[in-house]
Amino acid sequence: MKEKNQKEILSRILKELKPYSGWIVLSLICAIITVSQTLLIPILIGRAVDCIAARGKVDYSGLIMNVLYMGISIGVTCLFQWLMNRVNNRITYSVTKALRDKAFDKMQKMPLSNIDGHGHGDYMSRIVSDADTFADGLLMGFTQAFTGVMTIVGTIFFMIKISPSIALIVILLTPLSLLVAKFVAKNSYRYFKEQAACKGEQTSFVEEVIEQNDVVRLNAFEDEAIAIFDEKNQRLTKASLSATFYSSLVNPSTRLINNLIYAMVGVAGAIMAIGGKITVGQVTTILSYSNTYAKPFNEISGVITEFQNAIACAGRLLEMIDAPCEIDEPKEKLGQVSGRIEFIDVSFSYTKDKPLIEHLNLTVEPGQRVAIVGPTGGGKSTIINLLMRFYEVDEGRILIDGTDIRDIARDELHSNFGMVLQETWLKEDSVKRNLSLANKDATAEEIIEAAKAAHAHSFIKRLPKAYDTMLVDGGSALSQGQRQLMCIARTMLDLPPVLILDEATSSIDTRTEQKIQSAFNKMMEGRTTFVVAHRLSTIKNADIILFVKDGKVVEQGNHAFLLRKNGFYAKLYQSQFEET
Amino acid sequence: MKFVARYLKKYKAQAILAPLLKMLEATFELLVPLVMANIIDRGIHNQDFAYIVKMSGVLVLLAVVGLGVSITAQYFSAKVAVNCSADIRRDMFVKIMSLSTGQQDKVGTDVLTTRITSDINQIQNTVNMVLRLFLRSPFIVLGATIMAFIVNPKCAIVFLIVVPVLSLIVYLVMKYTLPRYKQIQKSLEGVMKAVSENLEGVRVLRAFNCQDSEKDIFFGKTKDLADMQTTTGSVAALLNPVTYVVVNLGIVGLLLFSSKQVDAGTMLTGEVVAIVNYMSQILVELIKLANLIVLLMKAFPSAGRVEEIMNMANDERVHGKNANDADNFDIVFENVSFQYQDASEPAIENISFSIPEGSVFGIIGGTGSGKSTLLHLFYHDYDATEGKITLGGQNINEFEDSHISNIYGVVPQKATLFAGKVRENLSMKSHMDTSDETMREALRMACAYDFVMEKEGGLDAKVERNGRNFSGGQRQRLTIARGLMGDPRVIILDDSASALDLVTEAKLYKNLLGMKHKPTIIIVSQRASSVKKADQILCMEDGHVVGLGNHETLLKTCPTYEEIYYCQYPREGGSE
Repeated sequence: MKEKNQKEILSRILKELKPYSGWIVLSLICAIITVSQTLLIPILIGRAVDCIAARGKVDYSGLIMNVLYMGISIGVTCLFQWLMNRVNNRITYSVTKALRDKAFDKMQKMPLSNIDGHGHGDYMSRIVSDADTFADGLLMGFTQAFTGVMTIVGTIFFMIKISPSIALIVILLTPLSLLVAKFVAKNSYRYFKEQAACKGEQTSFVEEVIEQNDVVRLNAFEDEAIAIFDEKNQRLTKASLSATFYSSLVNPSTRLINNLIYAMVGVAGAIMAIGGKITVGQVTTILSYSNTYAKPFNEISGVITEFQNAIACAGRLLEMIDAPCEIDEPKEKLGQVSGRIEFIDVSFSYTKDKPLIEHLNLTVEPGQRVAIVGPTGGGKSTIINLLMRFYEVDEGRILIDGTDIRDIARDELHSNFGMVLQETWLKEDSVKRNLSLANKDATAEEIIEAAKAAHAHSFIKRLPKAYDTMLVDGGSALSQGQRQLMCIARTMLDLPPVLILDEATSSIDTRTEQKIQSAFNKMMEGRTTFVVAHRLSTIKNADIILFVKDGKVVEQGNHAFLLRKNGFYAKLYQSQFEET
Repeated sequence: MKFVARYLKKYKAQAILAPLLKMLEATFELLVPLVMANIIDRGIHNQDFAYIVKMSGVLVLLAVVGLGVSITAQYFSAKVAVNCSADIRRDMFVKIMSLSTGQQDKVGTDVLTTRITSDINQIQNTVNMVLRLFLRSPFIVLGATIMAFIVNPKCAIVFLIVVPVLSLIVYLVMKYTLPRYKQIQKSLEGVMKAVSENLEGVRVLRAFNCQDSEKDIFFGKTKDLADMQTTTGSVAALLNPVTYVVVNLGIVGLLLFSSKQVDAGTMLTGEVVAIVNYMSQILVELIKLANLIVLLMKAFPSAGRVEEIMNMANDERVHGKNANDADNFDIVFENVSFQYQDASEPAIENISFSIPEGSVFGIIGGTGSGKSTLLHLFYHDYDATEGKITLGGQNINEFEDSHISNIYGVVPQKATLFAGKVRENLSMKSHMDTSDETMREALRMACAYDFVMEKEGGLDAKVERNGRNFSGGQRQRLTIARGLMGDPRVIILDDSASALDLVTEAKLYKNLLGMKHKPTIIIVSQRASSVKKADQILCMEDGHVVGLGNHETLLKTCPTYEEIYYCQYPREGGSE
């Protein structure tokens, strides 16, 4: 995926927001009306005050007029502010949903290399928090900045209209409070960084100690752990105090500046009022402006950081949404297949500079078994990736019943393959729905039938709600072996002509392993099978053994042939399976 | 929350002073409109320049003193919040350290970690905010009302209507939205889970062609979320406009009321301005108070969760009086059964065997056969539900935990290390010989000497978090070396050679058997090859002993053992 620069992101964002342009315009209109009406109120109050000049000098008709205006203005403000809030909500939540859906849709279509090459947490945070931050930051930030600027401009305009010289005092001095705020924030940032570092250190220590509580206890390490913790805790306390205190200085110090401005405006206003240049009501209007004038500045400076953050988030999210899709251009229909698989001169590598599979030729007749053997981490799964077209070959062709797998729709290809992997993944859903993943219309009888064939029925029926039991956290309540039996049952329900199986390693106990083995054997009958094999019996009985090392197929042939060859396979066989 | 108050006591002076000072600052703020009123009514009205300048001096003084007071208050509240939570954090850590295995397992390690970190952070923030705002905001609302009464009691009646109405509106909106925000959060977590599940199961989902149905499910989830947000948002959207209306109508009311009084001469214009100002102040503070209440609502569960840990019983086990120093280290299990607290069936049942000091004892069985439970009972992590376990003839209950940890050298199943240095990992037991030579010897015995010495610093080589800068096999050998430190009388290897190749494993066992002080060696494994040479092998299945004897005897008498063995060493002919 290509990273975009700021300008590209902005134009891309605009494109994304286009369907909402009507709503956005409406929101802006509401904002203009709300702000102008809000600014009108201090003026109306000032005029009203002037109507109440002194004993016996009350201009009732003027007062009523002003109060009437106020009432209208209040009503209009209320209506449009409410409308603006609703519209903004609508835009924000719809945009967030649309972006999330688009990103998720792309996730279903992007090549697996994109998913494998990325931390899962990264995509998760793009779809969940980046979408939120973008919508909140950009749209809310935008309205806030817009109303903020409007408020400032409006305030300056009205203040100058009343008294240019007092307006000048306010305009010139207000930036002072911003400078102070910035100064404090800059200094407290240093302490926040220190606090974060101390916190991180303490957290990882606590995690370590709690995770390894058995080691701690069996070594009577408790007192020493407490001593280490104390030292870290003291450092954190010190850093935390500085950070908390310094950051809490922003409000009091900006308030001081604003209060001083207020005092100056008060004096200047009063003096001018004595000179008869302005009225008492105008003094109150301008005082109330000077109180509210500073607020949008603080908001806008916050908005700018939020804005940049939002654009960064949008960039990450849009990068995902604009990522290329898997190529899926079916030219042929496959129909019923017998399960003949051919690799013709196949070459493949994950990265250009590290060639892996080179010129692999392999013919598997229908019903034959292929055992993929080799050291852990040697790249046995690469063959699976290519067969399922999770990754595309760089050169050569893979044929199923004589048809290039690239000429078939992925859906059709996949429906001809059954796959049971060692990483037993189950959905957070009921047992029943997990088993019927391949065939959503399966009847209860069919599901039980498949579970029985996979030796899974006996433990499933003992679960709290049997087939309706909800599996949480990927079925963490089940043992690893039981999960694998579930995965087998899932594939059993709709057995395709070609199977890809991954034998479990030692983490499963012997009894369960035997059950799995027997289920595997049942599945393999009459089907072309690729097995990532660990068990000697599987390997020995295979028609073809592929020995994979460092990602490459280094040997190919049956058991007897490879033993005679006395190469890698023979060595592995002797070291792992023969009694010394 | 009560227990937080207990911690506040230690900082009583500051905890009381901070809000009081905030109230003082608020008082200064409340004085400003009054000063302004005087400027208008006396300064402007009497054209008294000197008075205006004097009063503006008062305004400046109020601002400056206000700053001083407020900074002091901020400092006090930061200090109280930070120190208080540091104390809670420490006590909680001490508490965690004192919990028995059973108690820790009951809570779970993840839960303990989040409670000592994020929950306590939440408490810290809340204490800080409460000290700063909780008294200040209501004080200003109340103070503004009182000041209004001082200025003009008749007009102030408007306050008695506006303040309750505003409070009611804020309350109603919060009552509606707060629980819904919680639901929204939950729904968002559901969306997150769906993404994570899809990423993890991407191969399976694609293999089963489930992309479209997954999309439908996901779109449904995001729709539910957006709908919930919109409904909640439409109520939250009312808060600002409606409160705005109430306050400004209040101002309209004040203007109308006061006009009559000014006309009658019972009120001055400046006083009208002051009283209008007081009305405007109320709204801001009520909103602040509402936000604070939201914060408090979040903090309550956090405090409750922390308190729950603090109030746990440390230990559910029986402890007798101290055992004497044993003169032998024979281990005997007599008809021992054990059942976990919430389990419906015993994890192990009626187990008997005896391990003479200096012998080699193997324990074999599949996952779930009860091996780990048995080991827990060896070190008295739990009390046996039935039967008796003795160490050197004395009941295991009579030993102190630290005493037991000196007798045993345990190498746990999971090979984990602490971040730090190799040296620190080897010298965890505090009262033992930790000279370089002892450590080197332990490393040699564990076949770990060579690779440690190849690392930069040797014994002082860096160990990263979880020991990830060492390979699995190296980590395992380091934990074995750790288990051998201090010449323990009983060495327990809990499936600890699983990542070692056969040659290294053989060498390790040879080293262990050659140890001068002849410790008892207990080997737990799923592999028959690891226990084959033991003096006695205990074969377990489903929590029961299905065989006890040496390799040859078990092959003949114990079908389970036979099965495990031939699974790894196929009989000639290679059939199953």
